[in-house]
Amino acid sequence: MKNNVNREIPDEILKEKNYEVYTTDNFGTPLIQKVAPKLRATTGEEKVVDSLEDVVLKTVEDGMTVSFHHHFREGDYVFNKVMRIIIDHGFKNLTLAPSSLTNVMNDIVVEAIEKGVVTNITSSGMRGSLGDAVSHGALKNPVIFRSHGNRARAIETGAIKIDVAFLGVPNSDAMGNANGMDGATAFGSLGYALMDAQYAQTVVLVTDNIKPYPNTPASIKQTQVDYVVKVDAVGNPDKIGSGATRFTKDPKELKIAKTVNEVITHSEYFKDGFSFQTGSGGAALAVTRFLRQSMIDNQIKASFALGGITKPTIDLLEEGLVDKVMDVQDFDKGAAESMHQNKSQQEIDASWYADPANKGAMVDALDVVILSALEIDTKFNVNVMSGSDGVIRGAIGGHQDAATAKLTIISAPLVRGRIATIVPDVTTAVTPGDSIDVLVTEVGIAINPKRKDLLESLSKVPGVPVYTIEELQQMAQEKVGTPKPLEFNDRVVALIEYRDGSLIDVIKEVKD
Amino acid sequence: MEIKKTAIAGTLESSDVQIMLSAGTNGFEFELESDVAKQFGDQIKETISNVLGMYDIKDAKIKVVDKGALDLVIKARAIAAVQRALDIVDAPKWEVL
Repeated sequence: MKNNVNREIPDEILKEKNYEVYTTDNFGTPLIQKVAPKLRATTGEEKVVDSLEDVVLKTVEDGMTVSFHHHFREGDYVFNKVMRIIIDHGFKNLTLAPSSLTNVMNDIVVEAIEKGVVTNITSSGMRGSLGDAVSHGALKNPVIFRSHGNRARAIETGAIKIDVAFLGVPNSDAMGNANGMDGATAFGSLGYALMDAQYAQTVVLVTDNIKPYPNTPASIKQTQVDYVVKVDAVGNPDKIGSGATRFTKDPKELKIAKTVNEVITHSEYFKDGFSFQTGSGGAALAVTRFLRQSMIDNQIKASFALGGITKPTIDLLEEGLVDKVMDVQDFDKGAAESMHQNKSQQEIDASWYADPANKGAMVDALDVVILSALEIDTKFNVNVMSGSDGVIRGAIGGHQDAATAKLTIISAPLVRGRIATIVPDVTTAVTPGDSIDVLVTEVGIAINPKRKDLLESLSKVPGVPVYTIEELQQMAQEKVGTPKPLEFNDRVVALIEYRDGSLIDVIKEVKD
Repeated sequence: MEIKKTAIAGTLESSDVQIMLSAGTNGFEFELESDVAKQFGDQIKETISNVLGMYDIKDAKIKVVDKGALDLVIKARAIAAVQRALDIVDAPKWEVL
């Protein structure tokens, strides 16, 4: 059956897994039933355990769903430690439900798949050897990719039922009061892990830093925690976040960033009290810098900045240009370290950030967002999940969620190497074109024809040529040539959920 | 024309292509390495084959390490490799250029 972005979703998948096809980016106001975890009451005397192995053996059983967070990013030790024990003890048929999978986790997940330890995965994304293995059919069941907001929704509504959450933290007391902002391996906001702490049946904190009781501020609370395990090290501080974020010198990225800033400042949303999300990546960071100058020049202040936070955003907060930073994760040390100093840097969980199935999320109030794309097609559909060779190498992250902002800007070069970024049809549809308002490239911009108001307000900006997206696609094609269409086998290796839990696309096994 | 010596042109920088030509006996024998081989492998081979054809080369071993080069880059590197392989760098075949 074809869905509303013209993607063929196999009927047997819809039937077997009880899915609806994607129809609209408007979530509406449905009645939602949340679930609650079952727990074993305790006064907490025996929470602290020395052996991670003992805890794994006590808590994990075949067929269970285990979860992790990815706040340590490429510096994570906890995932590998726990998975090693799980594999070595020969557990079978586990579902892996991390908030996302980073490269440092790839090898052990591939091993767990090969040995039948892991038979199901749900994640925000995956890359490298793991994405390659899954794209070549290594996993029996299709991976389910969910955005950060959708993961929160799925956990709250029971679609993801976490049996055991193994959550690495840079500090905790003996009862499980913990935060992400202090200690040698501090990473800042615990945003994604807070869902697991709240909803998992069993919560195991893993830390290298036991603090005197009670440990505050407590993002994860003792009421949620079953075990606290002391290990030598939970992560490598040098690899958790990038160091000082460098300002791009790439002229193409700078041109794009400057144009993005023009689009923002010439839109009706650029006024006192506006809100924005920029994310990471060269162009996005440069946008923050251009935006800062425009805010100073026009005496405009923002009410909040949202999402994954970087140091340049914290600088805006400290300069008084942004009132609040609503922080679900921190991409660099500067942002992570400032968290316990700035009380206006509010830690938010994934549900508060982006979940459509609650009583209002931060993204619902978001004015402007700048997002990236591996591909965008002439219907403005965006792919952030599969490469131009069809292999999984990306993550939804908060893309679908933040794209519901009032002004959603995709910043992308026309081509990357010999690969066109603007294509007739994306390889994998992740965020629907209905959510996208403006595409900014180095040669000019394209405005979604549905946004007649923007066509009006952005048509006469000096130095910002407006094209149709078809024209930009043609320009890209003239540069690189027409690629041979990719070939796939029939087998579905991954499902792409939209943030409401419907299917927006599937990824098929690549043909080599 | 006969390839006189093994010759190389191009670098391994992104958006470049490195082409190595050596004498062969069995038509064009390609060895292609490229991240975009699936989408552009045939076009890359065709571009290089056309250049070789313009110099009347019938047999060659062609090793290509492509880093996402555009077609005009591939053509330029192929011409340079051929001129070196034929030892005619001092007297380029202008009509091909």
